[in-house]
Amino acid sequence: MKLNELTIKRAREGLRNKNFSSVELTRACLEQIKKHNKNLNAFITVTEKKALEDAKNADQHINNLAIGQFNNYPLLGIPIAHKDLFSTKGIKTTAASKVLEDYIPAYDATVVKKLKDAGAVIVGKTNLDAWAHGSSGENSDFGPAKNPWNTEYVPGGSSSGSAVSVASDMCLAATGTDTGGSIRLPASFNNIVGLKPTYGRVSRYGIIAMASSLDSIGHFTKTVEDSALFFDITSGQDIFDATTLPNPTESFTKNLEKGIKGMRIGFPKILKENSQELEYLGYFEIAKRLIQKLGAELIPIDIKHEECAIACYYIIQPSEVSSNLARYDGIRFGNNRENFGDEAKRRIMLGTYTLSAGYYDAYYKKAMQVRTLIKKDFDEAFKNVDALISPVSPTPPWKLGEKISDPLKMYLSDVFTVTANLAGIPGLALPIGFTKNRLPVGMQILGPHFSEAKLFQIGHAYEQATEWYSQKPNL
Amino acid sequence: MNYKPVIGLEVHVELKTKSKMFCSCKADYFGEKPNTNTCPVCLGLPGALPVPNKKAIEGCVMIGLALNCKINNFSKFDRKNYFYPDLPKGYQISQYDQPFCTNGYVYLGGETNRHLPSGTKKRIRIRRVHMEEDTAKLIHQGQDSLIDFNRSGVPLVEIVTEPDFESAKEVVEYLKKLQQIVRYLNVSDADMEKGNMRLEPNISLMINDKGLRIKKTLPKYKVEVKNINSFRFAEKAIEYEIKRQTEILSEGKTPVQETRGWDEDKQKTVTQRIKEEAQDYRYFPEPDIPPIRFSDSDIASIECIMPELPDVKMQRFTNIYRLSAYDAEILTRDRKIAEYFDETTVIGFHHEIKRKRIANYIINRKIDINKILPAELIQIIIKDNQKSSLDEDKLSKVIAQILIENQKAVTDYKNGKVQAIGFLIGKVKQHFPKADTRQIKNVLEKSLK
Repeated sequence: MKLNELTIKRAREGLRNKNFSSVELTRACLEQIKKHNKNLNAFITVTEKKALEDAKNADQHINNLAIGQFNNYPLLGIPIAHKDLFSTKGIKTTAASKVLEDYIPAYDATVVKKLKDAGAVIVGKTNLDAWAHGSSGENSDFGPAKNPWNTEYVPGGSSSGSAVSVASDMCLAATGTDTGGSIRLPASFNNIVGLKPTYGRVSRYGIIAMASSLDSIGHFTKTVEDSALFFDITSGQDIFDATTLPNPTESFTKNLEKGIKGMRIGFPKILKENSQELEYLGYFEIAKRLIQKLGAELIPIDIKHEECAIACYYIIQPSEVSSNLARYDGIRFGNNRENFGDEAKRRIMLGTYTLSAGYYDAYYKKAMQVRTLIKKDFDEAFKNVDALISPVSPTPPWKLGEKISDPLKMYLSDVFTVTANLAGIPGLALPIGFTKNRLPVGMQILGPHFSEAKLFQIGHAYEQATEWYSQKPNL
Repeated sequence: MNYKPVIGLEVHVELKTKSKMFCSCKADYFGEKPNTNTCPVCLGLPGALPVPNKKAIEGCVMIGLALNCKINNFSKFDRKNYFYPDLPKGYQISQYDQPFCTNGYVYLGGETNRHLPSGTKKRIRIRRVHMEEDTAKLIHQGQDSLIDFNRSGVPLVEIVTEPDFESAKEVVEYLKKLQQIVRYLNVSDADMEKGNMRLEPNISLMINDKGLRIKKTLPKYKVEVKNINSFRFAEKAIEYEIKRQTEILSEGKTPVQETRGWDEDKQKTVTQRIKEEAQDYRYFPEPDIPPIRFSDSDIASIECIMPELPDVKMQRFTNIYRLSAYDAEILTRDRKIAEYFDETTVIGFHHEIKRKRIANYIINRKIDINKILPAELIQIIIKDNQKSSLDEDKLSKVIAQILIENQKAVTDYKNGKVQAIGFLIGKVKQHFPKADTRQIKNVLEKSLK
């Protein structure tokens, strides 16, 4: 196995035992980037020089550390990538928009700093739909990222580059943001694991805001265990983000091996209306059966107001977008507003409209009321079940260009994911197989607020039984 | 036709907290080099988030309590969206429909209001007191407009009254009172020249029907006046506006709804911006800051740390200490002097020195309270007492001599011309220039019996 194909867990073992160095590991990732980024367009910026320097420092650190201190640096020497929405001090941060083409932040996002402090080596900044607006990755002003399983297909968005970089072994993990599915969707399109945490569990400070009340800061990894390891570092209260909450003290990896025997797991009673391909739904049925086989009880659940979710989401989200993008006026930094792409302009106009006097009550206020109902639905559901499972996307990955001229169709691909953002609950996306055309399929496990440890427990059990992560794209 | 002014006020007070409203940058920008007290938050850089300053919120609530407002148990911040180069985020974090404080009032004394019998107080209703952030400062230099972000994000409290003022004098009295209150609370220097207290009166006139028909509806227009940075300017600007609007109305026209600015050089207000329709700020709840809840005990504990306010002090000084309203007003003008007086009276009590005497010393002798400790002042008073009582014998002798020399005045006095005593006091004073007039008067009166 090549070094860049390792999981975080394995790479750490290798580094600790000095089987290889961080420089070797980092170089393997950088070589993979060099070989395939031209084709896949996963990275906007590759920080080769800095990455090798950091890896060298990490190696020195590993050599100097006393035994036992190694665990204080849970990512020491591990190459990772950041979605280009995360402020990185001294490294260009574009949001994949021409507006910020040359913008270099003066500070690190809290998550970036936490990961640095944990010893991580940053190999670069990944591609995305500009400003995180999109479900396919095609809205990037620097060209779309491509699906490594078939480059004629979209990798899913908006965290497209982060998902592709992990799926194609250009790094061991990558950060992302999930406002309406932007981590879970690309994770499921790339056969990797994506976590959308509980709202407020990971600091948003320093990450370019899309829709502030919905933005969740998460990550992509190759396995569920890696996801839990990573989450141990990124989660927790931040004095710079008033919406964050304190963490429990135990590790999120604690319950991993406990299995799911006796758990009550819900699934949506009605799916067919939302799903466009029957064949595709079959994969979810198989996943359900496996969950049952692993000892959990399956319970049909009805989220009553789910049908309003997309409508509700596409009012709240653009409203907040319209306000959050106001600072990009080109006066103090960045280029002027003419550089905004169509999708950003569309959302600015939508949001400006829904917040206007005379329309606020009919749109924004109403949507917030519906949001409360959706939250209540989930609270009710979780009285009865430990977690919910559902498909991530109503369809498998689609071809590049297929939905780009039909924004509404594109918006509908978020139909299964936006509910978690509206309710603020966590969701873990993980692979459940491949279509006939060998395109990845995923499902998501949703739980009550702060139930990440349980989601990892369920996800790990499922992953151990299926080992989809061992499948690699043919690049 | 007779017109009655209808004036409402918006006052902004910058709080003197250590740090800014939503970041840890220094809030005191006065005299600082431009753009040195800034950070990603107050520069509105991508990804930066606001974290509210607890001390500032406490200051806002104190102002609300001092103005007899209701403190709301549930409150939130909102975004006020508009574009201006001094607003780096493209929105100001403010409060819209659920401010910290609502429905208060203050009383103005009767003196400034001709329509009310003296002693009657006029009630000015306070609509709301809310918290927001200051904008950056624009400096126009020739062709260039420069932006100084040191002021960006400084805590700002906005105090809005109902349109209850009827004259410029009332407005000035209110402003002085408000300034005194925030200074008492020690939450702001409220210095108009430094810009940490700013006001925007809106002025219109309605027809005064002299009680024939009471019109409850407000005029259809209002004129907002900006660029007022002293109490004197406020008075002049409002008076000018009343005159200007009266002239327009007398011609049968309606003044234009607009924002005008006071031009001190020309001594008049000039058009700044004509508002054709109300600007739509697209307010919505600030998603970056969770709503703020105050329990009744939270409010009570803020109330506990508030100092005694000028009105209450004034009442105590007149009703309990039996000082004249005139003395009490002077002593309560500044919290430091009032507290100095209080302290001195406590020490004076043990030496049987009357409060009135202490008040006289502080007011008439212009005691420097920063240099003379209350106990030292008491010592000075005791010494003066001893001096004057030592001289009593001498005083009696001199008075006897003067009474002989000024028979006419003595006769006048005895015939009921009481004011003749003033002449005699003057004569005595020539011998004892430093003596207490009252003491002289007492001895004189005794001798004249």
